[in-house]
Amino acid sequence: MGMTITEYILAKASGRRRVDPGDNIWVSADILMTHDVCGPGTIGVFKREFGEKAKVWNKEGVVIIPDHYIFTADPKCHRNVDILRDFVKEQGLPHFYDPGTPSYAGVCHVALPENGHCRPGEVLFGTDSHTCTHGAFGEFATGIGNTDAGFVMGTGKLLIKVPASIKFEIDGTLLDGVMAKDVILKIIGDLGVDGATYCAMEFSGPAIDALSIDERMTICNMAIEAGGKNGIIAADKKTVDFVKAHTDKSFECFKSDKDAGYLKVYKYRAEDFRPCVALPFSPDKVFNASELKDRKIDRAYIGSCTGGKLEDFIAAAKILNGRKVKVDTFIIPSTVNVKRAMEKEKIDGKDLFTIFREAGCQEPGEPSCAACLGGPEDTYGRCNNKEVCISTTNRNFPGRMGSIDSQTILASPLTAAASALTGYVTDPCEFLK
Amino acid sequence: MSKKIIKGKVFVLGDNIDTDQIIPAKYLNLVPTIPEEYKKLGSYALSGLPAEHKTSYIRNGGMETEYPIIIAGRNFGCGSSREHAPISLGAAGCEAVIASSFARIFFRNCISTGELYPIETATDIAGNFKTGDEAEITIEGADVHITSNGKKYTLKSLGDVLEVIDSGGIFTYARKAGMI
Repeated sequence: MGMTITEYILAKASGRRRVDPGDNIWVSADILMTHDVCGPGTIGVFKREFGEKAKVWNKEGVVIIPDHYIFTADPKCHRNVDILRDFVKEQGLPHFYDPGTPSYAGVCHVALPENGHCRPGEVLFGTDSHTCTHGAFGEFATGIGNTDAGFVMGTGKLLIKVPASIKFEIDGTLLDGVMAKDVILKIIGDLGVDGATYCAMEFSGPAIDALSIDERMTICNMAIEAGGKNGIIAADKKTVDFVKAHTDKSFECFKSDKDAGYLKVYKYRAEDFRPCVALPFSPDKVFNASELKDRKIDRAYIGSCTGGKLEDFIAAAKILNGRKVKVDTFIIPSTVNVKRAMEKEKIDGKDLFTIFREAGCQEPGEPSCAACLGGPEDTYGRCNNKEVCISTTNRNFPGRMGSIDSQTILASPLTAAASALTGYVTDPCEFLK
Repeated sequence: MSKKIIKGKVFVLGDNIDTDQIIPAKYLNLVPTIPEEYKKLGSYALSGLPAEHKTSYIRNGGMETEYPIIIAGRNFGCGSSREHAPISLGAAGCEAVIASSFARIFFRNCISTGELYPIETATDIAGNFKTGDEAEITIEGADVHITSNGKKYTLKSLGDVLEVIDSGGIFTYARKAGMI
């Protein structure tokens, strides 16, 4: 029997010719990414276990991207960034994106590929569950805790179980108004929030091939919301062109064999997807947006690793251009690069920020994770009361965006923007006619 | 073979208890490797449970729980990779979570830290318990069970994982195995 792309990458990383689901193997990491929320704890574990004078296994392999609690007055959050700064200085780490300096990047999952840290065929561990995003570049990427990260930091290795793979084959062409977010929400709705627990979720087919890099990232980003260990899309010309434009490092592309073994294969027709939303309090409570016209919202939020990339804002701007929002609408570019690109991107001669301002959106937030996960109480866009927020983020658990009394409805940028215009959950097709 | 007994009151929860409910994100400014912040994380364990949960896991103003055993349904610990989640439970005095299934990263973090035993059940047994029931878990190799009110429920074996947790986490285990 052949192997899947995930198995090929893990075989290479463990120095074996073949691995099978369930094998416990030591794999070598290419990249370990951490941020301000889990970095200090990871460094604490690293020093406790390897000693105060220990050095990281590979300076080039450690990437530190503070992004969670940056624009807050909370003194502990500032202390945490200082812990990262001291460590970077002590270790002489070259890949640090320091807040308040020109190197500051923003949300780690968007910043990693922008800065050339995502390469096909590699193994990327990150202290964040949405590390699965980077499977969009044909690599094995997964989230780990501080202790495992401390282990990787010292040894460059981690003991992992080879996941069984589930294949999602999407044939055909997505309809206007349907985005990658709708595809992954529908899949999560079908599988349930634990439907892919411990599994690799492999996405393929003409509809996936047709997606841009930004959109592929959205799909892989939410693999964790179905319990997946990693999401993955084999690299093609689009991937290789993107990666080569961001790094000079060499890499190897893998793809699944035709006779690879899958735990299950799901086949979808792209034309069957519709703009959809996930209602509180679970990402698998998925309904078509058109079925929920009476569902009132109080605010809209466009941002995060899932829905704060350039194409997400272009989609929202297409809907909001020349129209007025009826609810408070928050715009938070994921990274500084995305923010700059939004200043350059023009629709009808207007840049995206002009479109959002004219539509009556709130003053845009600074690039960061912001209110996607609530955060400290002074976080921009945080739901501090009983708000119902339609959001392009990834989770809608109780209290996820702040107050335990608030509610989050997950949607694509098109659907979030359309809903902002009406104050109710709205199918964006109504504005695309 | 060593025998481990965990005895005390149970705290009963439903399906899909996510990491935001276990430790809300506003407390992620605390660093688990700083001893006083480790303890503080414990005082916030399960503070994100919605209001329909009438009983708090930690009594108001307290630092530790009176419930060393949690019994839940499916997909316990889903969501974030924050190790603060198993750590807050462990710091509060939780010794074992019994659930019909666990989310992958939470499960792994329990093992790597050695904070608590994540024990799976073949069927959902949470419905047979109510918060405050006295119970006793026995872990003796592959034989894992819980007894309460005179009834005994067989739990799934921890397999290879038991040795890692008993060693105190992945570092001690890797040292024993000669990996580091």
